[in-house]
Amino acid sequence: MKKDIILSGVGGQGILSVASIIGLAAIESGLFVKQAEVHGMSQRGGAVQSHLRISSDEVASDLIPLGEADVILSVEPLESLRYLPYLSSDGWIITNTAPFINISDYPDMNKLLTKIRSYKNVIAINADEIAKRISSPKASNVVILGAASLYLGIPYENLENGIRKLFSKKGDELINMNLTALKAGTGS
Amino acid sequence: MEKILLLGAEAIAQGAIEGGMSGIYAYPGTPSTEITEYVQNSKSAAARNIHRQWSSNEKTAMEAALGMSYAGKRAMVCMKHVGLNVAADPFINSAITGVNGGLIITVADDPSMHSSQNEQDSRFFGKFAMIPIFEPSNQQEAYDMARDGFQISEKFKTPVMIRITTRLSHSRYGVQVSEFREENLLKLPDDPKQFVLLPAIARNRYRILLNNQINFESSSESSLYNKYIDGENKSLGIVACGISYNYLIENFKNHKCSYPVVKIGQYPVPKILLNKLKSECKKILVLEDGYPFVEEILKGFFDLDIKILGRLDGTLPRDGELNPTLVAIALGIPTKHGLPVPEIVANRPPELCNGCSHRDVYEALNIAMKPFGDKKVFSDIGCYTLGALPPFNAIYSCVDMGASITMAKGAADAGLFPAVAVIGDSTFTHSGITGLLDAVNENSPITVIISDNSAIAMTGGQDSSATGRIKEICAGIGVNPEHIKVVVPLKKNQENMLSILKEELEYKGVSVIIAQRECIQTVTRKKKTAKRG
Repeated sequence: MKKDIILSGVGGQGILSVASIIGLAAIESGLFVKQAEVHGMSQRGGAVQSHLRISSDEVASDLIPLGEADVILSVEPLESLRYLPYLSSDGWIITNTAPFINISDYPDMNKLLTKIRSYKNVIAINADEIAKRISSPKASNVVILGAASLYLGIPYENLENGIRKLFSKKGDELINMNLTALKAGTGS
Repeated sequence: MEKILLLGAEAIAQGAIEGGMSGIYAYPGTPSTEITEYVQNSKSAAARNIHRQWSSNEKTAMEAALGMSYAGKRAMVCMKHVGLNVAADPFINSAITGVNGGLIITVADDPSMHSSQNEQDSRFFGKFAMIPIFEPSNQQEAYDMARDGFQISEKFKTPVMIRITTRLSHSRYGVQVSEFREENLLKLPDDPKQFVLLPAIARNRYRILLNNQINFESSSESSLYNKYIDGENKSLGIVACGISYNYLIENFKNHKCSYPVVKIGQYPVPKILLNKLKSECKKILVLEDGYPFVEEILKGFFDLDIKILGRLDGTLPRDGELNPTLVAIALGIPTKHGLPVPEIVANRPPELCNGCSHRDVYEALNIAMKPFGDKKVFSDIGCYTLGALPPFNAIYSCVDMGASITMAKGAADAGLFPAVAVIGDSTFTHSGITGLLDAVNENSPITVIISDNSAIAMTGGQDSSATGRIKEICAGIGVNPEHIKVVVPLKKNQENMLSILKEELEYKGVSVIIAQRECIQTVTRKKKTAKRG
């Protein structure tokens, strides 16, 4: 099996945490994981992306080839469309609809959401709202991960264990907050 | 033993610790920063008391590492590609002195300039110094090369280079780690003249280096990192250096390339393997992440009866990093394309954080410069370089570390007035001090704004060398204390800042305005740590 996932968002929105959770979960499943990210400039409110490759065989390229990504997992709606050249013909776009507006020419939200929903396989949810509802306003990234959890080829329990491992030093409260956020994203 | 997920940078750090390193010396620079940070956060490094503080710049780092090597212990020095420009003097001469304790210079290049002024290829520097170069193709090789590098360095009594690129440095994969090797004991060089590069001695040392070339070549010939991988289709031979090997095999089922491949991971280039490839194929495609370094070497003596394809003949783009799709196109393999990016997707470039002190500096500076017109502000490398972009559009140069002050001085020598320099505190201590000294010695009419956020911010908030001592340093090198002003860059202080700027811009001598307020990211991080602790 293989799953090539592009994670996207704005610097500071926590896509690297999501990448780590998926990575840890994939390792628990006995899969090979290769994950490429951008540092430095990315902290400064610019567009960021990470290439996450999961496979039952050794992974070669650190970068996903064009047209091979199975999932674009985005924490921000505008960013969900920036990496479309990587998306495979059957690939999924799973995105937050709450915008991060830090540029003067951010597009009209109605036009943007209509454009996003015009593609073949799309899940678009307001992760910010869901996160607020469960009293974890900073966990939108994990909510989106929950929404994407069926499309990653990894058992849900492994994602939960990934959260436990990643935040093991940060206390039970934070772990439980993220587990709740993950569940809330699945919609169940 | 289970594999651990490590970034390429982290794999090098782990390998170096296990290889018996006693000190790591570096200045932060993307994509090399994480190597030193890993060592700083490593429990085993702490237990061994490995030296792991940041240096003021790459030159002092290189020299200190050489000093540790002189004393018989193993050292690694890390930098980004342009950092090697700064370390070049001790670097080139360390090849002439040779080493005592093993010495590894790890350089992280940045093809496609993700966060750099250029994409220069450090393999040229390695060749220039005439030392062995190691270029890993994956995280495991990066670890192995760092771990074994010290022994190779000691075997040939030469420094060695490890060269990586951004995509390997910032990519995570499983690495099989090994046992720790012992560090060396303090032991001075046998030859008391080894490190004295007076001409008579240096000529002798240089001849030793020249005689060693044949040893480096035979090491490459038998290296585990240089491989000939056979393929049935002999219509084309491929040379794949470092990470480009991954992009190549990505395009083939079961990662088995149908063409014969020479995979290069250690330089000088392996002549025997390359000649074997030449004897089997009429055309050779060279894949390398960086300049056409190997491509030019091969073109040089092969071009007569064999075609070399690569960046120089348009088979691959001349600039920018490689990726699996570019390699597929070069091989004529059909490629997939996703969908085009719709027009609605606006650009989202990086910007200064909300609450950043540089914002207040630029807002005031722009107002103060209005009567003088634009293009009179020279700047430098750091978060504040973003002042070149909207909404500030405040600065007009960024060339290399420290150039803001010296370019302003040179422009002032030409008659430009006012000539303003905006520099950060870390860049100032890295290489701004000597430029300011030049200006002081000639009483150049320049206004230097040190935007001091007390951090090396763009690379992640590492400690700045002289926090709290900037004013004293300026006074110490002779700036008239009446023209050293300290302000706190905040909106409420804008009027005060404007009156100071007006006065100092008009002053026909050296002015230094230190705008001091801690980086907002550092403040936030400290608060979080305090809460937890």
